[in-house]
Amino acid sequence: MTDAAALPYADLVRDDRIHTALYRDPAIFEAEMDRIFNNTWVWVAHVSDVPDKNTFKTSFVGRHPVIVTRDKAGKLNVLLNRCRHRAASVCERKKGKASVFVCPYHGWSYDTDGRLRKVPHIKGYGGRLETDELSLVSLRVEEYQGMIFATFKQDIEPLVDFLGPAKKWMDLFMKQGAGFGVKTLGEHKFRFPGNWKIQLENTTDAYHFPVVHKTFLDSLDDETEDVFDVLGQGGWVEDLGNGHSVMVMIPDLINLEDNLDAPIPERFADLARELAAEGYPDAQVRRIVRAVGGSGFNLNLFPNVACSMAFFRVLRPIAVDETEITHVAIGMDGGPAAGNRVRMRLHEHFQGPMGFGTPDDAEGWERVQRGVQAGDDLWMMLNRGTDAPEGRAEAGHNAGDVSAETGMRAAYQMWKRMMTA
Amino acid sequence: MSALPTATEPVTLDEAIRFIWTETEILDRLAYREWLPLWTKTGLYVVPIDRDGGDPVEALNIVYDGAEMREARVKRLLSGFSMSSAPPARTARTTSRFVLESAGAGTARVRCAQILIEYKYGRTRTLGADLSYDLRRADDGTLRIERKVVQLLNSDDHLFGIGYLL
Repeated sequence: MTDAAALPYADLVRDDRIHTALYRDPAIFEAEMDRIFNNTWVWVAHVSDVPDKNTFKTSFVGRHPVIVTRDKAGKLNVLLNRCRHRAASVCERKKGKASVFVCPYHGWSYDTDGRLRKVPHIKGYGGRLETDELSLVSLRVEEYQGMIFATFKQDIEPLVDFLGPAKKWMDLFMKQGAGFGVKTLGEHKFRFPGNWKIQLENTTDAYHFPVVHKTFLDSLDDETEDVFDVLGQGGWVEDLGNGHSVMVMIPDLINLEDNLDAPIPERFADLARELAAEGYPDAQVRRIVRAVGGSGFNLNLFPNVACSMAFFRVLRPIAVDETEITHVAIGMDGGPAAGNRVRMRLHEHFQGPMGFGTPDDAEGWERVQRGVQAGDDLWMMLNRGTDAPEGRAEAGHNAGDVSAETGMRAAYQMWKRMMTA
Repeated sequence: MSALPTATEPVTLDEAIRFIWTETEILDRLAYREWLPLWTKTGLYVVPIDRDGGDPVEALNIVYDGAEMREARVKRLLSGFSMSSAPPARTARTTSRFVLESAGAGTARVRCAQILIEYKYGRTRTLGADLSYDLRRADDGTLRIERKVVQLLNSDDHLFGIGYLL
């Protein structure tokens, strides 16, 4: 039997399979936190979470608690949530408004850009305190399409270069704002006892959908059930580089500004009537209704976030066998409340701890972690896939059919690149 | 044996408590087909995330079910095809600390605390909650649920897959 821990990381990921140790080995998990999460762009927030100056949201970069702030100059900051004196966290609220963060232990206070503002009884330092060097530690921060990413790696490539071809899909995803822009509407948060990469894989796994989500599909009307026939509509999976991938399940819902003259689905008839009664012109009603229905693809952005059909799916590694998932509901920023209400009801239907989909996903992932305890030198197979339908994926991109494990293979090649760098 | 009360007869705290105990026992037994008729047609079952007391229709919730969604949910949980609920965790729940908030003609608002223990896969977990019930008498005088709100203590923090009803 191979001693997995002794194998070099490069040998644990092959083109078509990954080794059991990737889900089980605590030493590998520690190395991942350092080599991956401390070394790349990690999603922390959406701009609508920090809409005005002196607003904030607490978040994480890997295992590091951070505060995402918009300072009084309107600039975004991502700050380690740790007082520079004796390390107490300076903020324990989820989000809100604050013009200053005061450490509760000895009263050191910080501006929203992280600068140390005031130290009580500073005379006790005899003039030796270098206050200019004791700002909250600031990470590099950049945003694209309203999605805010941060990194510890100050000399990393610009976010837009890291995202590369994924940008096109982010542009398409944000059409769910129906011209109003996108804002977050709330979030479901849950943990499952399993490795973070199990969840990463799931977002690019159409194969499980009809099996795991049979009861969700059974709860839909016939027309909607056809829309969610994810394996039967000529979709595909495309490697977008840097571990990112897109899985198109419903090609008709790639561009939400196309096909606006198609009949309005029965399940949105009430909403369409309500919007018309509110005075929205027919063309705009159609645009809003189509946006409310959500996109037909999952965009996986390595390592911690996905634009998944109609929401952001965020993963946070807690331990080798514990992962926290947040499903962030999104809707129109300033659009009709009726549309956002429907968005929230649709989100509740599938997502969250008591949704018709999420609990079965979570149970499935837990079963993977339980199963992987059996056998020390076995592999998880990622070799599924046939050719992508003709002319769909961008030329030169590696691609496969909708249930191909192409996206997982892409993510694990990035894992290998970062773990062996 | 006394006759059933009329539809407008006031609801006593004692009567409300007995009704709620019956309901929670039905849930622990997974007898969801018996649970559905306890509701009025317009009844609303809510497990909110927010703790600000705002109108849940304008917020994202864990559960926001009218009659149709309740029926779909029960069908799903009993189908045998949902791996998180076939079987679900075993549960035992107790409700106590009852307060009769208000009572009108054939109606009452009652709140109470619930402690639920669940067990599955060698793991025992606790869910604490504040419950609020709006009860209303049906034409035959028996009680129905017009609104049930389950405010989990940790609703705005991380939860886990819940394969049963709260």
